[in-house]
Amino acid sequence: MSGFFALDQYANFIWAAYGVSVLGIGVAIVLCARSYTRAKARLANLEKGNS
Amino acid sequence: MLRYANPKRFMDLSGPALPWLGAAAAIFLGAGLYLGFAAPPDYQQGDTVKIMFVHVPAAWVAMMTYGLMAVSAAVGLIYRHPLADVAAKAAAPLGAVFTALALITGSLWGKPMWGAWWVWDGRLTSFLILLLIYLGYIALWNAIEDETRAARATAILALVGAVNLPIIEFSVRWWTTLHQGESILRPGGPSISAVFLWPLFAMALGYTLLFFTLWIVRIRTEILERRARSLMLGLS
Repeated sequence: MSGFFALDQYANFIWAAYGVSVLGIGVAIVLCARSYTRAKARLANLEKGNS
Repeated sequence: MLRYANPKRFMDLSGPALPWLGAAAAIFLGAGLYLGFAAPPDYQQGDTVKIMFVHVPAAWVAMMTYGLMAVSAAVGLIYRHPLADVAAKAAAPLGAVFTALALITGSLWGKPMWGAWWVWDGRLTSFLILLLIYLGYIALWNAIEDETRAARATAILALVGAVNLPIIEFSVRWWTTLHQGESILRPGGPSISAVFLWPLFAMALGYTLLFFTLWIVRIRTEILERRARSLMLGLS
């Protein structure tokens, strides 16, 4: 397994590129999901108050 | 087609599609990562070729997103279609994220290969301008309170900014540049080996599916928020 992930002398640059990508995409996913859940809950509350 | 693209119909159709899109994105990203790490080192770049598997898909999605945003903005401007405005607004932050990722991963490739984090060449500079246009578009949406006026102003900005897309695409042909020329979509077929092409395709498809998943989530969020706002106005 360690052989699979073994990289040459530029490993730091490669891992940094993958790390930044995972972080950026991860933050985007979390923020999208969180604002969707909040908007859904807010609308449900308003509709409950309206009925 | 526009007749069917109303917010209610969009909510009904997109809900069941979301888990499938998300799952397909995860499968292609997983396959791309596996194939990417299994690929041998490039004879010139060594293992830094693996950066290409996250850099190129991010750049591709950043440009595709801008194209979709500009088309949505044009439809919103011409037909006054509410879903088109929402779609354009929802795409911008995602486009900004993918553009920033393309710039950062490109820089992390450039340092070991070119000896510099950044060079002011045509491709890099036009890509930086793309990020600035995305940020300007988001700022303009937030600066104008009235949604109709905001949609119109940002649509004009998005359409003017679309001029940058062909500049990005053809910059490597028009100017002498450090950035390599087209190696995939070029006359005569791809110039890179299949061992690198397959992981690149898998990652590009994974990034594209992920973008569509997040775009749909953001459009749904905006529709729900607008419904909530109109309910609030009705209550007050």
